[in-house]
Amino acid sequence: MSAISLLDFESDIGKMEAAIELLRESDNDNTSDTLKQINALEKDKVSKLKHLYKNLSDWQVCQVARHAARPQALDYINALTEDFMELRGDRLYADDRAIICGIARFNDTPVMLIGNQKGTDTDGRVEHNFGMSGPEGYRKVLRAMEMAEKFNLPIISLVDTPGAYPGIGAEERGQSGAIGTCLLRSASLRTPFIVVVIGEGGSGGALAMSVGDHIAIMQYSVYSVISPEGGASILWKDGSRMEEAATLLGITSIKLKKLGLIDEIIPEPIGGAHRYHKEAIDSVKTSITTAMQRLLRLDTNVLLDKRQTRWRTFGQWKESSNV
Amino acid sequence: MNWLSSILPGIKKKKPDRGSVPEGVWEQCKQCATTVYTPEKEKNLWICPHCNYHERINAPRRAAILFDETPTVQEFASEVRSYDFLKFNDGKTYQERLEKSQAGDSRREAIRTYYGTVNEVPLVAAIFDFTFMGGSMGSVVGERFVRGVEEAITRNVPFVSFTASGGARMQEGVTALFQMAKTTAALSRLAEKKLPYISILTDPTTGGVAASFAMIADVVIAEPKALIGFAGPRVIQETVREQLPEGFQRSEFLLKHGAVDMIWERRELRNKLSELLTLLTANPGQ
Repeated sequence: MSAISLLDFESDIGKMEAAIELLRESDNDNTSDTLKQINALEKDKVSKLKHLYKNLSDWQVCQVARHAARPQALDYINALTEDFMELRGDRLYADDRAIICGIARFNDTPVMLIGNQKGTDTDGRVEHNFGMSGPEGYRKVLRAMEMAEKFNLPIISLVDTPGAYPGIGAEERGQSGAIGTCLLRSASLRTPFIVVVIGEGGSGGALAMSVGDHIAIMQYSVYSVISPEGGASILWKDGSRMEEAATLLGITSIKLKKLGLIDEIIPEPIGGAHRYHKEAIDSVKTSITTAMQRLLRLDTNVLLDKRQTRWRTFGQWKESSNV
Repeated sequence: MNWLSSILPGIKKKKPDRGSVPEGVWEQCKQCATTVYTPEKEKNLWICPHCNYHERINAPRRAAILFDETPTVQEFASEVRSYDFLKFNDGKTYQERLEKSQAGDSRREAIRTYYGTVNEVPLVAAIFDFTFMGGSMGSVVGERFVRGVEEAITRNVPFVSFTASGGARMQEGVTALFQMAKTTAALSRLAEKKLPYISILTDPTTGGVAASFAMIADVVIAEPKALIGFAGPRVIQETVREQLPEGFQRSEFLLKHGAVDMIWERRELRNKLSELLTLLTANPGQ
């Protein structure tokens, strides 16, 4: 495995990885002694990772969810689908590269894919605007959703965005209305809609791609009403208190599942999807396959009733006639 | 305002509601700083007679100036109440914030829903209250809004929303965020019945309320000079680090950029709204 950038709480793991690397380099003849040492260190590392990832704080989970080496929409699309054809542009103004749309085969079934791409290197991150879309991105999603409905293609949405882009041009070109239209249209879309949060589910920008029939979230992904930094800045006028905010805002897969906001937690390999791409992608494949089999069996009217009922019931309140 | 106290017995008798004004109070206009006699301002629909500043008004005040003065106005869904299900404590608990905003009347929320007539045109109105936790949308706002849409469907009348909100209510986490989808999903059912949905944007309408139902109505109206946008100006400024254009995110700016249909002065709202709804419902299809 090539070296990935370590999160601040992973420094011990980093030291062990460096030691293993050193042993490997020094050992030209593969002596059994060195191999034994390497194996012992590897074993130790796995158990450390296990312990670490079992006890991640909410903020640490958020850091894992944002890790630059975490697989992004295109990694999943390339690994899980065949014959991917990208559909580009909103037909009005631009092609927003923060969102990727296209048709492909998933387990031989033709599907529509929509997903966020953050970019993997500096150039890529600039091209994809760090996964923050403008109104053009959401209008492209709308195009893809309506095309999916027209041709009976199930939709697979791979959500991974810090949020919709807060910029001057985005406001001028109707960011709010573009997101609102996606929400409205999703509610009556006559085709199965599967959502997987693969990294960050950042607020309204993520929700625009999430009003589906089955919502799964990866174990170390997050979904939040506002970023922990943004929340801290509003609550305490201090953006550096994001650790506390992360805990308060209830952003982790476990908390979301407990509140009934998501259907499924997709398990990740110990150490996170950013360390073990293949295992993470396989795990996502299993989840989508199962969800799709279930949803494709439903009559479209039943599917829509279920979707409407699902979104109708979210919320927690009390009823009382006292003044 | 007398009609309101007669249909909602107790609203003013127990506590002085913010919708009523004690006699003889003078207030300074927030825009031009001119001192105005409050009862005069009330008569002027909470618009400054000197500079035409459209003051932010709470839901009872809005209802009082919107509907015909008949006993047909009914508030509903006020029994739907918020509670602190996340045990959210940022130094002050969510429960404490709720109680403070309720000020003794627990029907108060960031939204109130009414059925009534405007120039004899029946409609359901969902009215935001920015004075209640910044008009933020949590479970109760979502539920009351949806019950409003469903009431409009049941009565076969148009649905009108008056927004004034900073967005989703942080104290309810992702549950608050999901209200954006819940409210718009209800509107898709209203659209199926071909009932009009009119959105009236008042100062300020931003965040999750702007990015869900506020901008996607059949007709979108703004009050003059209201702040309307997805992201707040401060967040944008911090992101782009350049000077924001003159009048950025104000009603007139949105009109120019094609995001709203019309800007209506508050004093023409009743007549224009009833006329618009009459036009839209004159030719019911099959």
